[in-house]
Amino acid sequence: MAELTYRNAIARGIGQEMERDERVVFIGEDIGAAGGVFKTTVGLFERFGPDRVRDTPISEQAIIGGIMGAAMNGLRPIGELMFSDFVGVAWDGIANQIAKTRYMTAGQVALPLVIRTANGGGTHFGGQHSQSVENWHMMIPGLKVVAPATPRDVVGLMAAAVRDDDPVIFLDHKKLYALKEDVPDGEIVDVLGKAVIRHPGSDVTIVALAAMVHVALEAAGRLAEHGVSAEVIDLRTLVPLDTATFLESVSRTGRLFTVEENPRLCGWGAEIASIAAEECLWDLDGPIVRITTPHIPLPAAANLEDLAIPSAERVVQTVLSQA
Amino acid sequence: MSPPNDTFEITEATRLLLYQSMLRCRALEKKAYDLFMEGLVQGTTHLGLGQEAVAAGFAATLRPDDMSFATYRGHNHMLLRGMAMAPILGECAARANGCCEGKGGSMHITEVAKGAMGSYAIVGAHLPIAVGAAWAGVVRGTGQVSLCFFGDGTTNIGTFHEAVNLAAIWKLPVVFVCENNLYMEYTPISAVIPVEYPAADRASAYGLERIIVDGNDADAVYQTAVTTVERARRGEGPSLVEALTYRHKGHSRADPGKYRPDEEVAAWLERDPLLVYRGRLESLGFPPTVLDEMEQLARAEAEAAADEVRAAPLPDPAALMTDVWANGGSEWRN
Ligand SMILES: Cc1ncc(C[n+]2csc(CCOP(=O)(O)OP(=O)(O)O)c2C)c(N)n1
Ligand SMILES: [Mg+2]
Repeated sequence: MAELTYRNAIARGIGQEMERDERVVFIGEDIGAAGGVFKTTVGLFERFGPDRVRDTPISEQAIIGGIMGAAMNGLRPIGELMFSDFVGVAWDGIANQIAKTRYMTAGQVALPLVIRTANGGGTHFGGQHSQSVENWHMMIPGLKVVAPATPRDVVGLMAAAVRDDDPVIFLDHKKLYALKEDVPDGEIVDVLGKAVIRHPGSDVTIVALAAMVHVALEAAGRLAEHGVSAEVIDLRTLVPLDTATFLESVSRTGRLFTVEENPRLCGWGAEIASIAAEECLWDLDGPIVRITTPHIPLPAAANLEDLAIPSAERVVQTVLSQA
Repeated sequence: MSPPNDTFEITEATRLLLYQSMLRCRALEKKAYDLFMEGLVQGTTHLGLGQEAVAAGFAATLRPDDMSFATYRGHNHMLLRGMAMAPILGECAARANGCCEGKGGSMHITEVAKGAMGSYAIVGAHLPIAVGAAWAGVVRGTGQVSLCFFGDGTTNIGTFHEAVNLAAIWKLPVVFVCENNLYMEYTPISAVIPVEYPAADRASAYGLERIIVDGNDADAVYQTAVTTVERARRGEGPSLVEALTYRHKGHSRADPGKYRPDEEVAAWLERDPLLVYRGRLESLGFPPTVLDEMEQLARAEAEAAADEVRAAPLPDPAALMTDVWANGGSEWRN
């Protein structure tokens, strides 16, 4: 057991898989000797060499198309896009090619690949370097979507993503890079599609993802002071989606809140709300309430961005106003 | 135009293979057209009638584990990797016997096991994919070459430049083949490029040789193919070949091609790659009866495949929900 930052967990997770399977390769911009612009990949180039850890030109379409072709021909590549906003540059490759080719070829083409990218806001980078794009991917059939909230999960879910035989979008969260926790030594491997209850509670269910898990946990602590017992669920993956865990929780608490960093419309919480409404309406004692970033681009100014992204205080006030 | 590489002789067997390949492409695509006229092909089709020499010349140089990536106008390339005609025509008609069980359609002919790595319908999408596949071959030490066919219009999309650049800096075994048929859909390529040759005149930007070949002359294509494929296999990096050719029909099934001057069409029809090659074979002393017989065989093969398609069932409704994921299913919740 040793303390590990979320930042260093990324290199550890990738390194664990590269060590285990020589078909795992890693490409992206400045990921090699430079160690990544966020220093998330430090040491991999020195450990695995330039054949397996490769810097690319600024060619997002070539990175995404390249890992698809490499996966078609026997490798299990990880491709990095420096910021998740840049998926827009390579969207044909992600949404039309990678997501659909297995189906369109009746299962002939396997694409065991991972697209790893720095997602999310709270770092005041402005509207094109801060977005939470998990919902963009969730709506495309054929993509699995992972967004870890803790250093341990970065390692375990990275292993699960690399070992999965389907394409996975792995969204690590920029705001969490400095987060530390004690992480067991040795190999850590999770499964995709398993949510965890981060904080048990009996009055309300709060479902969250990535950085919002920590916002929800802080809110749960404050809600306890107000006599409200909040259960916080970390979804960890959006596809596959663990519906059983939150449906079971709602059946006990009778109230459902989502905390989402993505803008309001078609955020992932809308799908959670719709599933709950279809499948456990009679367990609910009040409306399902979504706490999201408003439907706006993210501003750069710290005070404005802080207003936009859900805060623990906003979660507390929203829950209390519904109690 | 660069002179064909005549440093080596083309054997009789190769000549017969090239002619047979072109005859089979021609017969296949004529049959695709017939099936469309019979109402069996829904959606669309893009025929490479007139461009057969490019497919024949390159396919003749490949190893079974080499990888070919093509566009929606890719029936010929996929056929010549060893696919049977029925799964191609079946896919055009979206029947259960199609190579993608009717889930891909005419623009997505694929048989990975044969190195027919797919036909891609978003212009430019497959260029980086072909590059990545070539890179994987290098990492795995397989010696495979990746062949990537695309049109003149494709040289104006970003992926072309990203892919050629990456292949060049990583010295990957890719042969990029631009089939310049003078039109990107309905617009003449000359109206949308600031140079004369859409691929060849851009080659120097990536440190590559300027290679232009008569795409209606199967021998010339073959010689260029041998040179570039072998260069790739030796680890000397990618090539960018521009093959000058012409499509006999419109862009797709809905297009009568009226935007093309009659004289231009007539001139290219005279340079039909099959006519050119038949003339050459006859002048070299190949007996016309043998050549006629080859043509009959190709037609019979296509007719038998078309019969299979006519008799084939529609896809099983159960196929709708299969093969989204590696486990064969489409479930998104646990
Ligand atoms: C990204 C994209 N833009 C536009 C289209 C529509 N489209 C299909 S084929 C085509 C023309 C392509 O021309 P070229 O590359 O010369 O190939 P050819 O059809 O002549 O073989 C166009 C514009 C498309 N499929 N994808
Ligand atoms: Mg064209």
